[in-house]
Amino acid sequence: MHHEQTKVLRELQELEFAALELNLYLDTHPEDQDALKTFNEVVTRLAKARINYEEKHGPLLNFGFCAPRQVGWQWIEEPWPWEI
Amino acid sequence: MWLYEKKLQYPVKVSNRDLRMAKFLLTQYGGPDGELSAAVKYLNQRYTMPTNRAKGTLTDIGTEELAHWEIIATMIYKLMKGATPEELRRAGLGSHYAMHGDALFPADANGVPWTAAYIQAHGDPVADLQDNMAGEQKARATYEHLIDLTDDPDLRDTLRFLREREVVHFQRFGELLDHVQGYMNSKKYF
Ligand SMILES: [Fe+2]
Repeated sequence: MHHEQTKVLRELQELEFAALELNLYLDTHPEDQDALKTFNEVVTRLAKARINYEEKHGPLLNFGFCAPRQVGWQWIEEPWPWEI
Repeated sequence: MWLYEKKLQYPVKVSNRDLRMAKFLLTQYGGPDGELSAAVKYLNQRYTMPTNRAKGTLTDIGTEELAHWEIIATMIYKLMKGATPEELRRAGLGSHYAMHGDALFPADANGVPWTAAYIQAHGDPVADLQDNMAGEQKARATYEHLIDLTDDPDLRDTLRFLREREVVHFQRFGELLDHVQGYMNSKKYF
């Protein structure tokens, strides 16, 4: 796997992890406004990182949860996560 | 509805092929306190939980457990990749090869297939959440044993991440238990 892809993938994993962790925390602390604010900041950064990754390396999600595909059907292209 | 995201939650790197370690890791793939058990247990319990916090938390933690199942699968796949039948046999995976070839299979470290008998749902949120908290501690202990069994720094790093997640899940289930108990007491007396 290309070094650049490893790097942007790592950034994406970090942002998604922050979002997941805040999501779980908010599930049991829905009244915490500070956590909600942080969650919203992460969501904004994550959306940008996803667009950036998908433009270069193809869709992250199946079933249409991606931008319209202009360059062909990249979904089935390698590498699959367990092959990286 | 679930979507598949074409990435791992956390990177998996392995330094060397290690068939014995692959065999040990099977306990988290298809063993009693493994990631598959956790995912099926939580995603099955959520339907009859009494509060929205409980439904949400079980949905989200159950989904995260599936991502951990994929991480464990990736570790086993990489640790076994390219092994010959003779090498598998010497590592105690000869019977695995006989039954499954190079494929993965949800069985424990001794080859016993995964069964729904490992999990429970009582329809009693206090009993179920206590059971889930115990399950998280059992998974944490298992990850500590697995960390002790390898000196591969990359593998240990990913196992430490998974161990830490069990600690967080335990914490969230504890908060949920308090909340659900408060909810049930308020229903009983007022
Ligand atoms: Fe867990």
